[in-house]
Formats: sequence, structure tokens, C-alpha cells
Amino acid sequence: MDRILIIGAGESGTRAAVALRESGFTGSLTLVGTEPHLPYERPPLSKPLDGAVQMKPICGAEALEAAGIDYRPGISASRLDADARSVALGDGQTRVYDKLLLATGARPRQLTCPGAERALDFRTYADAAAIFARAESGRQVAIIGGGLIGMELAAVLRGKGIDVSVIEMAPKPLGRAVPPRFAARLHARHEEEGVVFHLGQGLSEITDDAVVLSDGSRVPADIVVSAIGVQPDVALAEAAGLAVGNGILTDPYLRTSDPNIYASGDCAAVAQPGGGHMRFESWRNARAQAEVAARNMAGGKEAFAAIPWFWTDQYDLGLQVAGLPHPDHQSVTRQLEGGELEFYLDGGRLVAAAGLGLGNGIAKDIKLSEMLIAAGVSPDPGALADASVNLKALLKSARAA
Amino acid sequence: MSNVITWVPACKLDDIEQEGAIRFDHGGRTYAIYRGPDDSVYCTAGLCTHEAIHLADGLVMDYEVECPKHSGAFDYRTGEAIRLPACENLKTYPAEIVDGEVRVALG
Repeated sequence: MDRILIIGAGESGTRAAVALRESGFTGSLTLVGTEPHLPYERPPLSKPLDGAVQMKPICGAEALEAAGIDYRPGISASRLDADARSVALGDGQTRVYDKLLLATGARPRQLTCPGAERALDFRTYADAAAIFARAESGRQVAIIGGGLIGMELAAVLRGKGIDVSVIEMAPKPLGRAVPPRFAARLHARHEEEGVVFHLGQGLSEITDDAVVLSDGSRVPADIVVSAIGVQPDVALAEAAGLAVGNGILTDPYLRTSDPNIYASGDCAAVAQPGGGHMRFESWRNARAQAEVAARNMAGGKEAFAAIPWFWTDQYDLGLQVAGLPHPDHQSVTRQLEGGELEFYLDGGRLVAAAGLGLGNGIAKDIKLSEMLIAAGVSPDPGALADASVNLKALLKSARAA
Repeated sequence: MSNVITWVPACKLDDIEQEGAIRFDHGGRTYAIYRGPDDSVYCTAGLCTHEAIHLADGLVMDYEVECPKHSGAFDYRTGEAIRLPACENLKTYPAEIVDGEVRVALG
């Protein structure tokens, strides 16, 4: 086996390329991406510095070259032929592979109301540049979608003195990924900061100067941003006959229904021990799956078992969530100076934890919680609630047991 | 370059949790001061070399500090980057304890 091809040069595809070299793979390695830039990090896109969008490359051109990674920017993959083990690329070339990694990511869901073409997406560097080039004080921005991306953008724009409205179909913002306790706190903070919410509202039209809601009311806006979530980019896989669902389906080793093809990152729906497949959209997941896929493509057999984890920064608050909190879990709250933690127990066992605090104030505790979750412990809820009980001590006693 | 070390008083040893770190700002710069599991003290540049995140907010385990955002990690005794995405080493500075007070040489 000496030819590996990676389709998608975001966080996952790029990390996989480097990780393949770290795993000792010495054959030819091609990384193909549709965007024209060097591979770059997406989290900084919502955090402009001095008004300018940050372009933070994951690695420089020299580093790619030094690692022997043939990086092909600005090229899409048009057809995958799994039997011939080849991919036709937008530049007219056809690449033959021994192993293929699909790291095609996800693309923004599109609005369907009249005037939808007036809304800007917020996913790529070009998207962010278009938004921040226009977003200046005195403007009115309407954000469609009160999820993590929409709310992060709202916080950044309020920081620039821009009027912000958030329009959300659900009765509350942040309902999908954030535990209700912290979603409510962030919602309240946004209201204090002057964000105007239109909840439980669909869209009937986007005009030049307003968003018209389903109840007929008009939200004035000279910039409209659509942040209604993403859908996994499965087109190439699906057309090639690979098994797809909400993502490209893989086994626990990140192998798709074709044994020579792997998938990682936002596009991959990974088989779970309890049945079903799960797809995660986060920076860390993109990297962690890339590393496992790379090691497996290089000959390993490692099941992907990382605990889901993400963060979001809004105003001076930082939220981190480890594991998958569920309303059926028993929740235990711990008050901290300048923050709050919530632990989630399933049949006594710690399965998830979340925290909201100033800056990165809760980061240490969430990291320790993640280690406690991984250790499979069933801590005393009283100890979890008691801020004087050091989580590191709990972890050490669990490890000693 | 002078051979004379200028020590700057930073904090009391008791201000730092064992196996912990605190942020220390001095002269317009930010540092992190660590107390190891054996109560020895160390000082590094305060910000992760991957993105400008304060390392003192990160978890300290043994002689390792982990960035609170991206999980890059460093050996704070040597400043060595030991886990991606951190790949550039941290600058380190001498630190010592005198009568329960921690002082650092930032020159």
C-alpha cells in the first residue's frame, strides 16, 4: 500500500495527513481541498482581531512540503469510483488510491424562503470576511438561527456596537447542544447585552432591508446571516454507493462500507457501542477522528472512543461540555467562584459534565470531569456538589481503586 | 547581557495549589508560575504557543500543563511542547522559594 488520498483539507483532513506521517506512513500522500487557501483553523473565524478576520493556517506550506504532503488547494472531487479505487478531480485529473479518507466536512443548511439568497452563510474564511467587511457600527444584523454559531456571532457583533436580532424557530436559543441551565444563562446574558430575540418564529421572506417573520412582523436588517446548522457533505460517498445516513456511515474503526475508504470529522457518522451512528461537529472531534483514522489506515485497528467535547466563548463567558448530557440524566450542580459546573449521572455513573464561567475558568474542572468520565466512576453526588472536594483527588482515588 | 540575576517577588508558595499554577503579570508581560507535586516551583511564559491562551487556566497534572482550549500540553519544567497542537516550546524562567515566598528571574 503506497498511495493515500485525502479528500477535504479542513481540520480533519489536514490533521490526518500529518498523523499518517507520524504513524510512519512513507508512501505518496495527497491532500485535496476545495478552498484556495492553505488549510486553516475555523474557530478563529468568529473571533476577528481589530475588525479583521483571522486567517490562522493549521500548518504552513513549508511544513506540508517537509512532511511530503502533496497539497492541492482549490480543487473539488467530482466522482469516486470505489471499484477502480480512483477519484476524478475538478482539475481533470484522476487519482488512484490504495486507501482513501473522506474528510469532506459539512456545509451550511440553506434557507428556502423567498429572498433566501440575500442571507450570508458563516462557515468559511470567505463567508467570515464578507460578514465582517460589512459589519460596522450603526448596521443592523439579523442572525437566523440561535445555535452556537449564531450566538457566538451575536456576541462578537454586539462587542462592535452593532444592533443584533436573533430569529429562532424553537422557543429557546441553544436548545440542541447546550444543557438547559447554561442555555438559559447565555440567553439572559445576550438579552442584557441588547440582543433582540424573535423566538418560535419562522421566516416568510428576506427583503433588502428586513426579515419578515411568519407572523408578519418585520425585523429591520441590512445584513442577514443564516446560521441554521450544517449538513454533512455526503454527495461523493453517496454517488459512489457507500452507506450514508446522517453522514458517511463508518464502523468503530472509522472505516466506511468500503474497506479501503475511511471517513472522519463533520462528515462521518460513527457506529456506537450501544447501536446507531453518531456524528459530531467540533474542532476536537475533527482532530481526534483524524488521528484514529490515520493510525488505522497505516495498519492499526483502534476503535474511536473519545468523549465528545466542545467549547464556546460568548462575551467574557466560556462554556465547555464533555460527554452528551441528556434530560433523563440525574444532574448535580457545583457552584464555583465565578462559575458553575453541572455533572450528569446515568444510573449513578458519571457520563457528562458541563461548565460555564468567566474566561477559561471552568476548563480545568471540565478536563478533570472528562478524565473521571473516561475512568467510568460512579462518584457520590454529594461530593460532586461540594466545591471543597477536589476533582483531582476524586480522580486519583478512582485510579488507585 | 548581564550575569547578575534580578529576582522579582511573585507570590507566596501557599498562593499556588500543589500541582497547580497561577498567572503572574509583570512589566507588561504575562507568565505562569507552577507548583509541582513535590512543591518545587517553575515559571514559563504565560501564553500557549499555539494561540494566546493563558496556561494558568489549564489543568496541571504531575509536571504537565494542558492548554484549556486546544489541549496542547507542555512540560513546565523545560517548556517542551509535548502534545499537539502545541509544537513550539515555551520559554522558561528560573524560579525559587525563599522563606515561603516565590521569586522568579524574568531577565
